[in-house]
Amino acid sequence: MTGAANCRRLVGRVAVITGATGGIGHATAIRLAGEGATVVVSGRDATRGSAIASEIGGHFIAAEATSIEDTQRLFRETHERFGSIDICFNNAGISPPEDDSILITEMDAWQVVQDVNLTAVYLACREVLPYMLAQKRGSIINNASFVSVMGAAISQISYTASKAGVVAMSRELGVQFARQGIRVNAVSPGPIITPMLTELYARDPERAKDRLVHIPLGRFGAAEEIASAVAFLASDDSSFITASNFLVDGGITGAYVTPA
Amino acid sequence: MGWSNCQRFTGAVAVITGAASGIGLATARRLADEGAQVVVADIDDQAGIAVAEQVSGTYVRTDVTNPEDVEAMYRTTVQKHGRVDVAFHNAGISPPEDDSILDTDMAAWQRVQEVNLTSVYLCCKTVLPIMISQGSGCIINTASFVASIGSATSQISYTASKGGVLAMTRELGVQFARQGIRVNALSPGPVATPLLMELFASDPERRERRMVHIPMGRFAEATEIAAAVAFLASDDASFITASNFLVDGGITGAYLTPIS
Repeated sequence: MTGAANCRRLVGRVAVITGATGGIGHATAIRLAGEGATVVVSGRDATRGSAIASEIGGHFIAAEATSIEDTQRLFRETHERFGSIDICFNNAGISPPEDDSILITEMDAWQVVQDVNLTAVYLACREVLPYMLAQKRGSIINNASFVSVMGAAISQISYTASKAGVVAMSRELGVQFARQGIRVNAVSPGPIITPMLTELYARDPERAKDRLVHIPLGRFGAAEEIASAVAFLASDDSSFITASNFLVDGGITGAYVTPA
Repeated sequence: MGWSNCQRFTGAVAVITGAASGIGLATARRLADEGAQVVVADIDDQAGIAVAEQVSGTYVRTDVTNPEDVEAMYRTTVQKHGRVDVAFHNAGISPPEDDSILDTDMAAWQRVQEVNLTSVYLCCKTVLPIMISQGSGCIINTASFVASIGSATSQISYTASKGGVLAMTRELGVQFARQGIRVNALSPGPVATPLLMELFASDPERRERRMVHIPMGRFAEATEIAAAVAFLASDDASFITASNFLVDGGITGAYLTPIS
């Protein structure tokens, strides 16, 4: 079987990706552009954002996901410049070390994660929905996590609660707007290998082993494997899928004992 | 926007049971369109041969409840095409004798279990050794949304059989995850088959009783299920295994649905 770069399902579509300077956001920008979409790359890091935009022939708009003004400007500028907003991938998120076990996580650490991971998604959905309602068409994909449905003993308590919030909110919006041509889904990646994690696990192989024993496929996911799921959810190939928690998790949530 | 521009199955061999009609037929067309060589398995010779001709594939008459037939189906596939990359175990029945638990007799119960569940066990058992020796392969078993939620318009053996397919699929997905094989359950929502549409046209109340529970306010088209199968069967879903892949118009996520 060949790769998927030959799909061209998004020709003529305009996509906004928040947190597009991170691993999954970057891979998704490449994938959606590869399928023919006009991609608006959004993030805080202007240098990296502009570089990604020029790499994929897209457009960079600097925006802070938690800022109402930035979020409104992001969609307004996108719409003014490209005439529609067909796909919105709300992907910006954080997982800082201060967010840890409930016993040691302070209120301000809790709050900053809630603001970025959940409140910003509420904001983005609130601001993009009127454009999609006017078009009677759109696909919103909110990035959640497999920890929205499973508990981890290595806890990041605010992260977990925020992602489950994203799933519940996406489900409700999916149901509410289902008859107005708008689909809303949560994508829930399993553990994804980032350059930072690769480095960490190289120094501390035990840490990787503790996690891999719970992953049936026996490896971490790649950002491209989330990007291909987002491309599917963004395209008309998923026209009967809404309000879902779309797990891309290497089998984690289905597993008891994994292969030896 | 079409989908036919994806070419993810060039050089791949796909076996589809129940391929002469409905979801099987739509999937045969979709996978062939994406470049796969398709083996059309069914008990309806006339329709099966016509479909095979249409998709430039091979027809193999197969009663999926018969171990010799299932053996022969995969033997013929390997002899003719050299390998099996995709196995879509889709054949199933939902006869009127399967009804409320109070009215369904043992013979009706047993028949549905054999066709919907035992056959999937048989097909998986037969194709797995081939895929293990290849070191790759993808199995998709058709379950149903009623494997996840209950319906007051009961077909008790159908529901139990699909729940069985879901659990078996999850277990196989976990068990063979590190041998290059992905196994996923496809759970369609209600699909607009010609038979169903005819029934609902003559009895609109029956239609409305269902529609109030479907956020999207319509039934699925077989092509929408086929598009999901194409995603799951392709390398685009390389980090997805042991999943319950719902294509349900939001049904399993919904409490109150929109007033249309």
